[in-house]
Amino acid sequence: MSLLAAPKMETRALSVAFGDTRVLRDVTLEIHTGRVTCLIGPSGCGKSTFLRALNRMNELTGGARTSGRVLLDGEDIYASGLDAVAVRRRVGMVFQRSNPFPKSIAANVAFGLKMAGVRDRRAVAARVEESLRAAALWDEVKDRLDESALALSGGQQQRLCIARAIATQPEVLLLDEPTSALDPHATERVEELILSLKRRYTLVLVTHSLAQAARVADEAAFFYLGELIESGEAARLFHAPRDERTQGYVGGRFG
Amino acid sequence: MIARPSTGDRTLAIATGACIVLVLVMVAAIFGTLISWGGPALSLRFFTAAPTSDLAGGGILPAVLGTAMVTLIMTLAGVPVGVATAVWLVEYAPPGAHTTRIVRSAVRNLAAVPSIVFGLFGLGFFVLFVGRGLDGALGEAVPRFGRPSVLWAGLTLALLTLPVVIVTSEEALRSVPEAAREGALALGATRLQMVWHVVLPQATSGILTGLVLAVSRGAGEVAPLLFTGVANYQPALSVDPTAGFMHLGHHVYVLATQSPDIDATRPRLAATALVLVMLTFALNLIALVLRGRTRRPT
Repeated sequence: MSLLAAPKMETRALSVAFGDTRVLRDVTLEIHTGRVTCLIGPSGCGKSTFLRALNRMNELTGGARTSGRVLLDGEDIYASGLDAVAVRRRVGMVFQRSNPFPKSIAANVAFGLKMAGVRDRRAVAARVEESLRAAALWDEVKDRLDESALALSGGQQQRLCIARAIATQPEVLLLDEPTSALDPHATERVEELILSLKRRYTLVLVTHSLAQAARVADEAAFFYLGELIESGEAARLFHAPRDERTQGYVGGRFG
Repeated sequence: MIARPSTGDRTLAIATGACIVLVLVMVAAIFGTLISWGGPALSLRFFTAAPTSDLAGGGILPAVLGTAMVTLIMTLAGVPVGVATAVWLVEYAPPGAHTTRIVRSAVRNLAAVPSIVFGLFGLGFFVLFVGRGLDGALGEAVPRFGRPSVLWAGLTLALLTLPVVIVTSEEALRSVPEAAREGALALGATRLQMVWHVVLPQATSGILTGLVLAVSRGAGEVAPLLFTGVANYQPALSVDPTAGFMHLGHHVYVLATQSPDIDATRPRLAATALVLVMLTFALNLIALVLRGRTRRPT
């Protein structure tokens, strides 16, 4: 299918090094709109670094060097003169540990809009409600929007972070092991949420859990020791991996 | 059979215990002396009147006012500069870079400068250079800015307390989790927006702790004021920033050394010292409470 439509994002020979350590080597991958792309692989394989290269978060870490190209709608996001802030407004991110600000629930969701300079209060309130509904959190919090976000449960906090990330209406949403700190029930709710969001957003999900990848992924990419070993349709990659390292991983031989 | 503690252990326990007792006794002795000597002199009038010209009567109101003014000027001038420096060091400075190291060692050296040297610097720089320069530029016939005043004394104190403000603010900023910064940036915040809307609000109570510590340090300093504006005797209440001022700490010294009748002055001397000590104690207590709040997990 990848030949039919132009990819939403793609990397070409993307390499990332921190100081002298190369953690990602020559990764070329296409990410398509309306699909959930899962990045899998053992710890330290470079999948999180790859994810963070897609919205230029790696450069916040001292000594990070990125080479190769990362294209968003065909445009290089690392091009000189292009502001990382502009990139991050189009490519949102949700982190492994939920990190709501110690502000009210409403203020958390409205944060990105405020930073983007949206002043109209009614527009902000409407977007807050819309985002919380999309994150399947509205019914649980609609009566306490002014209470601290820190009072929410872990799963609710993570869904709040997703609501916060989609409030600015990014085109791509990156999720870095969003359920690794959640219990099974909360994980299930977040997975449902991911599936419901894929109609409107291009989703890239890093996960440790093969079961999770099998449940939500349309596309999968297997990383090992900083290299992209294999990518393609998720069902095919899980059931008929071509590379023996992929076979070993999805068959549970290492990881 | 359980072995008895060795003689060395017991000696150490006794020695450290004795030291603690000594410290407590010293604190009690200071307060006891001040209260027993100064207590009788404390009255409403003591806080609301100016001292009489022979220093044997009256109160300390001008010194309280002067202390408040110089502390206020110090805070207004020093805190923005100190917090801004800390923000730069934590959020912007490239770690390990040359400039960063120079700024850090400058802050450390500033903290090591004796306070009397700050006084001399204040006289030379603020009073004579800046003040005289201002007078010249404004065409003042009589020195207005080019003389020691509460303004220059406050700025000198601001410089003295700058390292305390910087170091405690840095600590407060560093305690804000990295996840909060990343969260803000990932939502499309600029670095400045991240600092202003996320980092500073979470660091506020820590920064306030530093501010209170700096104020309590600055409020008790006398040496830097000697050259920069403190007056032995100036009973008129004035809020003119270009005028000289009386100060609680300096007033203690004046009462002890300039009075014609030391026995008559002693109760006022002790009472003034008591007020000064209570003031710095109160400020330290506030800092402790604020610090407790910073450390409390959310």
